[in-house]
Amino acid sequence: MPFNRSNHSKFLNPPILHDKLRIVKIKEIKSETPTIKSFTFVDEKCTETSPGQYVMVWIPGIDEIPMSLLRELNKNLMIAVKSIGGASAALHELKKGDVLGIRGPYGHGFTSITGNIMIVGGGIGIAPLVPLTKNLANPPTKITFILGATTHEELLFLDKIRMELSKNDGRIIVATEDGSFGFKGLATDPIEQLLKKQKFDMIFTCGPEKMMKKMFQLAEQYKTPIQASLERIMRCSIGLCGSCMIGKFRVCKDGPVFSSEQLREVKNEFGTFKRDFSGIKVKI
Amino acid sequence: MVGVNSTIEIAGLKLRNPVMLAAGVLGVTGFSLKRVAEAGAGAIVTKSIGIKPRDGYPNPTITETNCGLLNAMGLPNPGVEDFECELKIAKEGGVSVIASIFGASKEEFAYVGSVMEEAGADAIELNVSCPHTEVVALGQSPDLTSDVVETVKKGVDIPVFVKLTPNVTDIVLVAKSAERAGADAITCINTLRAMAVDVETGKPILANKVGGLSGPAIKPVAVRCVFEISKEVNIPVIGCGGITYWQDAVEFLLAGASAIQIGTAIAFRGLSVFKEITDGIQEYLSKKGYRNLKEIVGLSHKF
Repeated sequence: MPFNRSNHSKFLNPPILHDKLRIVKIKEIKSETPTIKSFTFVDEKCTETSPGQYVMVWIPGIDEIPMSLLRELNKNLMIAVKSIGGASAALHELKKGDVLGIRGPYGHGFTSITGNIMIVGGGIGIAPLVPLTKNLANPPTKITFILGATTHEELLFLDKIRMELSKNDGRIIVATEDGSFGFKGLATDPIEQLLKKQKFDMIFTCGPEKMMKKMFQLAEQYKTPIQASLERIMRCSIGLCGSCMIGKFRVCKDGPVFSSEQLREVKNEFGTFKRDFSGIKVKI
Repeated sequence: MVGVNSTIEIAGLKLRNPVMLAAGVLGVTGFSLKRVAEAGAGAIVTKSIGIKPRDGYPNPTITETNCGLLNAMGLPNPGVEDFECELKIAKEGGVSVIASIFGASKEEFAYVGSVMEEAGADAIELNVSCPHTEVVALGQSPDLTSDVVETVKKGVDIPVFVKLTPNVTDIVLVAKSAERAGADAITCINTLRAMAVDVETGKPILANKVGGLSGPAIKPVAVRCVFEISKEVNIPVIGCGGITYWQDAVEFLLAGASAIQIGTAIAFRGLSVFKEITDGIQEYLSKKGYRNLKEIVGLSHKF
C-alpha cells in the first residue's frame, strides 16, 4: 500500500516550534538618548508582531537578551537598547552592517481596547508602549500618555508619541526626576489626580517595576483594569527553563504582559523581589 | 475509562499516573513545580540542585534545531539551602517530589541528598549525566556511578534514582552497576551531547559551544536504551527523551519503562501535555482491553 500522509492522525505530525535563529543585518543605528540607541533591521517573521511581544537578540559570541520590538515603516523593525553594561554595552559597540541573531517573536503582548486609555511609561520601558499607542490611537479612543525619565535628555521617543497622539487629540504629560522638562517628579505623581477626576477603561504600563507596582496599586484603588509588561531573567524564552518565574507564571511565555487578575495572584512578588541567575531571590 | 488503572508504583512511590515532569524544566521555583503538578503530572522532578548557588552559562543557553532543542544551561541553581523552601511549596502540589541533585564529589551528592530528604523530598534523582558540565564524567563510568549511588544510599532512607547519559558505549553496563550499588530506579536518558554552528557568522550558537539535544530527535535512542536496560535490570526504568504525544509514552511503556518523563514537549504543546498524554494512555489501555498499566510495561520484550 502506498504511503499516504492523510491516513496519519494529526498527532503524528512532527512538533516544531519554527523558532530557529535568523541572522539579520543592522540597517541603521541611532542615538535616541545619551544612554539609549535604536537598531533597525528587517525580519520577515516579526512583521506581524503585536505590541508588547519581544524577540531574543543574539549578539554573536557575546550574549542573547530579550528586547521589545517596534514596527517601523517599510517592514523595518526596531529595538531600543539602554546601555547598562554586559550585552547591552556590546550592542552599543556594533556598527551599521553588523549582524544580529533573532528568534521569536515571543510572549503574550498587550490586549488592545477602545475607550478612555491611560498609558504610563518610564525610561526604556516606553519602547513597547510606542507600537501600542500606534495601534490604539484611533478615534473614538482617547489616550492620556504619561512618560517619565531621569532627565530631559533621557526622555525616549517623545516625538514618536507626539506624532501618534496628534491623530486623535491625545494628551501627553511628561515628568523628569530633575525637573529639566515637564514637571519635576516621578511619572506616577500626577496619576492619582487624573484617576480621581475621570474614569479610565484601561491602564497600560511598562517601566521600572517599582513604578509599575505603584500603578497597579492605584489601578486597584480606583477599580481600573491594568496591563503591565514585566521583566525577569530570561534564558529559553519558550516556557521551559523556569528562569523567569513570577509566582506560578512564566514571564517569557505567560507574559511579559500581565493583567490585573494575574498581578493580584503574584502581588507578594511583584515589585518586591526577583530572582538572580542562580534562582536566588533578590530585592527589587 | 472505568476499570482502567493507570496508577503505578515506582520504588514505593505511588504515582496517580506515569507522566512525570523531567528534571531541568520549570523546576527552579516551588510555585512553578506546583503548577506542573496541578496541570496533571504524576510526579515532579526538580531542577538539578547542587551544594552552592550557581549562575550557569551565559546566553544563548538554548537554540532550536530541525528536530529538537539544544541547550546548555550549565546547571544554574540556588544551592540546596536556599532550595529547601521551594521544595516545601512544590509539595503543596500533592504529588511526589523527586529532588534532582548533582555534586562535584560523592560526598557533595550525599550531603545535598540528605538535606533534600530533610526538606521533604520523596525521592532523589542523581544527575550524573548532564552532557555539558563536569558531572557527566561520573555517569560515563560504571564504577564512579556506583560509588555515588552507594554513598548517597548510605545517607538517606528515601529511594534513589539514577539518571543516565546515552553518551556512553554501553549504557547497560552503567545501569547494572547502579543497580548493584543499590539504586531504586533508573531514569534514562539525559540529553545527547550536541552542537550547532551558525553558518552566517561561523560561530557556535550556544555560549558553551556544546550542549545537550532533547526532543523528537532523541526519542528512538531513548526507546532503545529503555528496552536494553529494562531487559537487564530488576529495578524500574523511567523513560525520558522526546516524548511528545501519548503514542510516544505508550512506546516507552511497551519498551520497558514503568513511567515516563516530559520536558521539551512543554515548549511544543504547553502544560496541558501532561493531562493529554495521561488520557491518551488510559484510552489506549481501555481500547486494547487492559485493566492495568503494569500489563503493558515491557510487553515488547517477548518479541
